[in-house]
Amino acid sequence: MRRAWAALIPLFLAGLLASCGDDGLPTLTVYAGHHPQLMEEVMNRFAEQEGIKVRLRIGDPSSLANAIIEEGENSPADVFISEGAAALGALAEEGRLVPLPADVLEQVPEWARDRDGRWVGFGGRARVLVYNPERVRREELPQSVFDLTEPQWRGRVGWAPANPEFQNFVTAMRLLHGEDATRAWLLAMKENGVREYPNNITIVDAVADGEIDVGLVNHYYLYAMRADRGSLNAENFYFTNGDVGGLVNVSGAGIVDSSDQAELGRRLIEFLLTPEIQALIAEEGFEYPLVPGAPTPPGAPAIEELQPPDVDLSALRDLRGTVRLLQETGVLP
Amino acid sequence: MRAPGAALGVRVSPATAAALAAAALVAGAAALPALYLVIRALQHASEVGETLGRTRAAESTLRTILLAGGVAGTATLIAVPLAWLLARTDLRLRSLWTVLLALPLAIPSYVGALAVVAAFGPRGTLQGWLEPVGVERLPEIYGFPGAWLVLTIHTYPFVLLPVRAALGSIDRSVEEAARSLGASAAATFFRVTLPQLRPAIAAGFLLSALYTLSDFGAVSILRYDALSRDIYVQYSAVFDRHAAASLALLLVFVALVTVSAEAVTRGRARYHVTAPRGRVRRLRLGRGQVVAQLYCLLLASIALLLPIGVLSDWLLRGLDGGIDWGAVREAGTNSVLAAAFGAGVTTLAALPVAYLAVRHPGPVSATLERLALSGYALPGIAVALALVFFAANYLPWLYQTLGLLVLGYAVRFLPQALGPCRASLLQVNPKTEEAARGLGAGPLRVFWRITLPQLLPGVSAGAALVFLTAMEELPATLLLSPIGYETLAVQVWAEAQAAFYSQAALPALILILISALPTYLITKGAPAPA
Repeated sequence: MRRAWAALIPLFLAGLLASCGDDGLPTLTVYAGHHPQLMEEVMNRFAEQEGIKVRLRIGDPSSLANAIIEEGENSPADVFISEGAAALGALAEEGRLVPLPADVLEQVPEWARDRDGRWVGFGGRARVLVYNPERVRREELPQSVFDLTEPQWRGRVGWAPANPEFQNFVTAMRLLHGEDATRAWLLAMKENGVREYPNNITIVDAVADGEIDVGLVNHYYLYAMRADRGSLNAENFYFTNGDVGGLVNVSGAGIVDSSDQAELGRRLIEFLLTPEIQALIAEEGFEYPLVPGAPTPPGAPAIEELQPPDVDLSALRDLRGTVRLLQETGVLP
Repeated sequence: MRAPGAALGVRVSPATAAALAAAALVAGAAALPALYLVIRALQHASEVGETLGRTRAAESTLRTILLAGGVAGTATLIAVPLAWLLARTDLRLRSLWTVLLALPLAIPSYVGALAVVAAFGPRGTLQGWLEPVGVERLPEIYGFPGAWLVLTIHTYPFVLLPVRAALGSIDRSVEEAARSLGASAAATFFRVTLPQLRPAIAAGFLLSALYTLSDFGAVSILRYDALSRDIYVQYSAVFDRHAAASLALLLVFVALVTVSAEAVTRGRARYHVTAPRGRVRRLRLGRGQVVAQLYCLLLASIALLLPIGVLSDWLLRGLDGGIDWGAVREAGTNSVLAAAFGAGVTTLAALPVAYLAVRHPGPVSATLERLALSGYALPGIAVALALVFFAANYLPWLYQTLGLLVLGYAVRFLPQALGPCRASLLQVNPKTEEAARGLGAGPLRVFWRITLPQLLPGVSAGAALVFLTAMEELPATLLLSPIGYETLAVQVWAEAQAAFYSQAALPALILILISALPTYLITKGAPAPA
């Protein structure tokens, strides 16, 4: 036993040393609340192209954003990357993201970037209705999420109210249809026996297993889970008529205000918008590329066909009111 | 000799003063999360009441207490007989069962929860088997039943290891006296052995209950509206650190009430060994052997084989993707290294606090002990953000180093080392130490030769508990580790949350597998059951 401990000590010291190692190259520190393998691939390519070192911290978007806020001026982070605009909005609201140059911002559609230019989207994330084709015919599917409160959908629908992506969608509904209509919809869904799930993955699983017939999720889970396990007995239905159910959120990036590598950070963000990386994001991350001309993910309609509802994604960061409404209606504890 | 500490109600020898200083340092570090939460809550002090009302915190608190009591009670009922089988009977394959039945602690609770849903959920494996006989729907697994099941099978080792250790070191001469006076084996167990086990059982019960308060993984997947889930919503969805802090302080309060209640029931009882330990005569199980084996097998099936089965199923579904063995090996090394140092540092930190609490009970030691326990019931994200705040702003040289990660494990898991340590120390008779001192041995020599050997079973049990939970720890590892320091638990989480279950399965299986060897060494290294 004692010998085993003694053997560990040099390893520990090596670990300590490695963590303060510095080989003189310019270093960019990226906090990414996004898929690790995709991010590693992107950062390796960027480091090689620029001849620099990239230090990548992976985590969930909200923990990383909270960490940057707690780190204050001492934050090691230069660039923050997040799935969904909420964590970016929270950081921007705290004054922790600096405005990006117009030529970077203008590469993507106006709806896919911060109104004040503090972050820019590089991948789209569409809300869809995932359904089990053995239990529902495509032509039976509703034209609007508001139809899901009708009796024929009693007990057949799943949602994930603790999930930030679902909450973004409810925020969009509040903005488009008002507080009262949203409250009425939430209560009617509950009344209609909607089933609650912890996240999108469990919803897609439940639909494929026939536990429920349809579920409110993001588009890419189905493709990612198929890539992971082959066939799944589920299909995506896209609301392509401007319905709030077809909201498209973004994965985006911004430069942290305490960074001393803002120029390198800007170059990384430009790199994310190049055709090479846009294609990678579509193929490996199953997100919609946001720069016109790049290919859409396998099996999904072109982004021009989606017609997302007319919502300013920057305004989606007001999650406080949404969570309050979800709690008022008893949807969330 | 009257020393400066007399005013504190503590008789202070130099050794005690050193222990006091060390314990104060440890308690101070462990109280950092609570201090951070007080700072954050006070920044928006006027909103605290409104937050607690809006989030219906009272209801969540009641649900949380109900779950913690249910889990800890069941875990105790499962683990005490098991500990007795392992320590006191001629149960076959004892070493194997000891290791296997401690391992569920290394399975992340969200993996356990996913496995339970896959097996017992609607349209799960079990229902699939039962469908031919006409079972259309199983009883609801979501909510209390699922959370209770997952957390019980995850936390019963908290009771098992300390009680097994205590059984190895309690005074057997009293039991032998009871037997020779004609008491049956059962009567001896309930009237002589069990009372002596009370400190170890209480310590394990407390660990299981407080862990349940802090757990987020299982309650979120099984949709049980516990306080930890509300706290997480505030951090991750609302980005309201102040509201999260108010709710988290409520959790700290519940934890401190629980600890105090345990202290009251424990009273000031002492369970000293007055005679040298004899060699244990293991009870022959005879025909009971089969029943005992079935009991171990049943528990291992639910707590270990079920998650392993589900993970293997995921792995087999996606093997064509290929496996990056290099990454897995590196993550494995990282996991073991951080967890081993976490276990070592945490155990060392627990010793002075336990020593003071047992040898100098009073308001000072009680306060230090409470402070040391204060962070344990908190969800990992609150502890991690507290350490991010203090380290990034006040200890930048420590920030994002392996040292901070180890400190993070020590702050999160101190009570797991403290409880068993304390229970062991209660069994050490101070008269033996005094005798050694009287014969001229110095205090260090006495500690090394007399106290430590008797403490070893408890210390090892505590170290094993910390090691296993550090292996599966996620929130602190994600935020505090050096950049790029990937552990197996991080790999499992990253893949599972992106729905790449088949990619998550391999690191999860390896996590369980490589936890087995150190568990074996630690449980074997302790000369617990002779």
